Amino acid sequence: MSNKYEAIMGLEIHAELMTASKMFCAAPVVDSVEAEPNTAVHPLCLGMPGTLPVINRQAVEYALRVALALNCQINQHNIFARKNYFYPDLPKGYQISQYEEPIGVNGWLDVELDDGTHKRIGIRRVHMEEDTGKLTHQDDGTSLVDYNRAGVPLLEIVSEPDIHSGEEARAYAMKIRQILRYLGVNSGDMEKGVLRVEPNISIRPSGSQEFGTRTELKNLNSFKALADGAAHEIERQIQVVESGGRVVQETRGWSEDKKRTFSQRSKEEAEDYRYFPEPDLPPLFISEAWIAEVKAALPELPDAKIERYVNGFGLTAYEARVLTEERAVAEWLDTAVAAGGDPKSVSKWLLNELFRLMNEHKQNIEQIQVTPAGLVELIALVDKGAINNNTAKEVLAEMFTSGQSAQAIVQARGLAQISNEAAIVALIERVLAANPEMVARYTNGEEKLRGWFVGQIMAQSKGKANPALVNQLLAQKLLRLRD
Amino acid sequence: MDLTTLTLTQLRQALRSGATTSVAATQAVLDHIVARDNDIQSFLTITDEMALEQAQQADQRRANGEDSPLLGIPVAVKDIICTQGVETTAGSKILEGFVPPYDAFVVRQLKAAGAVILGKTNTDEFAMGSSTENSAFFTTRNPYDQTRVAGGSSGGSAAAVATGMAYGALGTDTGGSVRQPASFCGVVGLRPTYGRMSRWGVVAFASTLDQVGTFGRTVADCTAVFQATAGYDPMDSTSLNVPVPDFEAALTGDIRGLRVGVPQEYFIEGIDKEVETAVRNAIAKLAELGTEIVEISLPHTAYALPVYYLIAPAEASANLARYDGIRFGPRVEGADMIDSVKKTRALFGPEVKRRIMLGTYALSAGYYEAYYGRALKARTLIKQDFLNAFEKVDVIATPTSPTTAFKIGAIVDDPLQMYLQDIFTLPVNLSASCGLSVPCGFDSQGLPIGLQLIGNTLQEATILNVAFAYEQTVIGNLLSVKSWR
Repeated sequence: MSNKYEAIMGLEIHAELMTASKMFCAAPVVDSVEAEPNTAVHPLCLGMPGTLPVINRQAVEYALRVALALNCQINQHNIFARKNYFYPDLPKGYQISQYEEPIGVNGWLDVELDDGTHKRIGIRRVHMEEDTGKLTHQDDGTSLVDYNRAGVPLLEIVSEPDIHSGEEARAYAMKIRQILRYLGVNSGDMEKGVLRVEPNISIRPSGSQEFGTRTELKNLNSFKALADGAAHEIERQIQVVESGGRVVQETRGWSEDKKRTFSQRSKEEAEDYRYFPEPDLPPLFISEAWIAEVKAALPELPDAKIERYVNGFGLTAYEARVLTEERAVAEWLDTAVAAGGDPKSVSKWLLNELFRLMNEHKQNIEQIQVTPAGLVELIALVDKGAINNNTAKEVLAEMFTSGQSAQAIVQARGLAQISNEAAIVALIERVLAANPEMVARYTNGEEKLRGWFVGQIMAQSKGKANPALVNQLLAQKLLRLRD
Repeated sequence: MDLTTLTLTQLRQALRSGATTSVAATQAVLDHIVARDNDIQSFLTITDEMALEQAQQADQRRANGEDSPLLGIPVAVKDIICTQGVETTAGSKILEGFVPPYDAFVVRQLKAAGAVILGKTNTDEFAMGSSTENSAFFTTRNPYDQTRVAGGSSGGSAAAVATGMAYGALGTDTGGSVRQPASFCGVVGLRPTYGRMSRWGVVAFASTLDQVGTFGRTVADCTAVFQATAGYDPMDSTSLNVPVPDFEAALTGDIRGLRVGVPQEYFIEGIDKEVETAVRNAIAKLAELGTEIVEISLPHTAYALPVYYLIAPAEASANLARYDGIRFGPRVEGADMIDSVKKTRALFGPEVKRRIMLGTYALSAGYYEAYYGRALKARTLIKQDFLNAFEKVDVIATPTSPTTAFKIGAIVDDPLQMYLQDIFTLPVNLSASCGLSVPCGFDSQGLPIGLQLIGNTLQEATILNVAFAYEQTVIGNLLSVKSWR
């Protein structure tokens, strides 16, 4: 982007909440990609006559978690409103949403950019609403509608226009996703549409205080699409203005294949949603006590964890970031440390060996059989010299597949390290005796052959000899040979 | 014994004493419907088989020594209230053939109390009207003069109860739709406090105003149906979680010491002289019964009508958006999806369309503050009027309707004239009060006149007892009027 222009971007993020039932009725929340169409429905979420909404307490609690985690002021007096518009996937002809008094306002979130700098992005509001159904248009001109998703609790998180590039947009959206996952309220699965990110983008001459006309970008189903789509849209707007044109207020889509945005729907005439207070729901009052309770139960969030890992555990910022990416991994580490593990060595084993095994076996940390205590036991075996590092890696691999403890594997396979000096000396002598030529070359000055001898001795011990002891005793022996 | 001449309370005694059975009473009523309803046109659907089945079960239960408040008593339900397995149209073509898979809470309550459900009664489309002339199907006729309306929108229920085609009935009252037809048909109609009755399963017209009400030939009958159906329902977030008093036990007839307010704003130019006389006579009777009559003022009364006709249509415009033919109800196929929806929504009648347009306009950007926003503020003033009044009085007495039943077709093309029908009833809906209509005489043409009694929030027991006490002084008269049967 040329420095002549500045891009101004605000993000609207819609996140479905993983509650047991829908926002206003008893129908279950299901995976709307997997479930048979129209099986998770109830007369209310089908908009049938005479049905009435009842607020899902769990959904409010989830919304409260998010609003608190995003440093919002909490509105205790919550009003639901009807947002009126017609679309066949909207069963009642209106969406129950929050308009004038949303649950959270004036929050913020710190994000780390690629260059390592940090940036604070304002959160204008967090509000509760309900999702719509899904329409599928068929080739024969008919349309199919699935109401499984209709009425699923939905959170809308609106940022301030503090974002200035596709990269910043991505960093912010990823951080929001990470927090939603930490809070256990959303799976973050963008491809399934449970998390939807829509940037509002405009440009203005650098230094100007006016806002330009904005476009809204839709159907971005990955963070890469968000970064690329936003970057391309910024460039497109600059070109429009540079060539003497005028940016039109509209909704635009992003084509991954063509690497360009395209016009979807003109928004020249602002849609009139005729908001009015939802008459079927009295105001929802959120007590101080409830806020305090939810706040106290919030998990430690990524930023706090990173700080603790760097300052408390002595990890590098990079290590800390990788280990906190997912709450389950960080909690695994914390559990291991609580079980007596040294934070640095547990982290090293996690980052190097366990991650490799998880990748190899396509499992996540919640699926693996290795327990935090199990890893700590393994590390202890290495520390006290019972097995060496290489053996430990093999043992871990077996722990991973069999679920057995390190001790059990070491015993069953006779992997215990040979630290008996006499036994090692015997091994050394056997190797030297079997290789007189090599001994001769060594005594003639080829000192680098010492490594070859170590290899032979380790092989003879089937890898079980204590390498430190082998090195030490071999050195003494060779020294005597040269004398 | 002609079972259909009994009141609900009398039938209950007869059933309890074993003098008759529910099957006998139900059969008598069904026969009477066959004989009479061709003329009156109260019922949109008659569930005769189901009713006889329920009656048999009721008799069986009674034979087993069971009893419950309405065990074996045949009642009717306004067709805007959902009944599981029974077509519920709300008087509209757009719900013709719609069979709900659920019962409204109040219907579940009726069933739990042992009632026998006779069928579904006629209503103005989506309860929008004061005469049932806006019903998509037919107009219910006044039992006292078949060239006149029965009132509305719950005209079917009122006429059925008046003619002995049901011992009691449910209606809904959004602006007077229980009280006004009760007044026109010479029966008792109660509109309880908002939140006293669950709205779950009641097809919505205007959500902050709608409330289920009950009809009876006498105050005791009306109270019995109310007693059985009132109560908290967690599925209606606007339902009030308060105890339901024993309303029937509260009908003592002793009203000495109560203060009855007479608001000057309700005795205005344009009110029928005979109506005014009958109501003033009734108020004088209340004084004789030991109450203190107090002149009061409800200064914002004049705003009730315009406020109502902004709020009710605004809410209706959203409530009626769901009728698109996609998920339930009839669908008129068009060239494409949008065309189908348009053609389906053309099934709405003219009054419903008018109110959808009014409400959509009142909520539109740029007009919201001037119309809907100001209406909400004025509504607060009207509420406050009642709260102020109820600091001075216990009950407010007014006419229910400015006139007696009007001729079919007389004002159907004049919506404003029709809207004025509810001028005395709709302030109750806009406030947190409750109200009822009790017969208080006839005009020179033999048409019934209704006295409206308004009570403070949740004070149904008070107004029912005042109505009961009044009724005792005239009941012989009222029940002896048989000309309409």
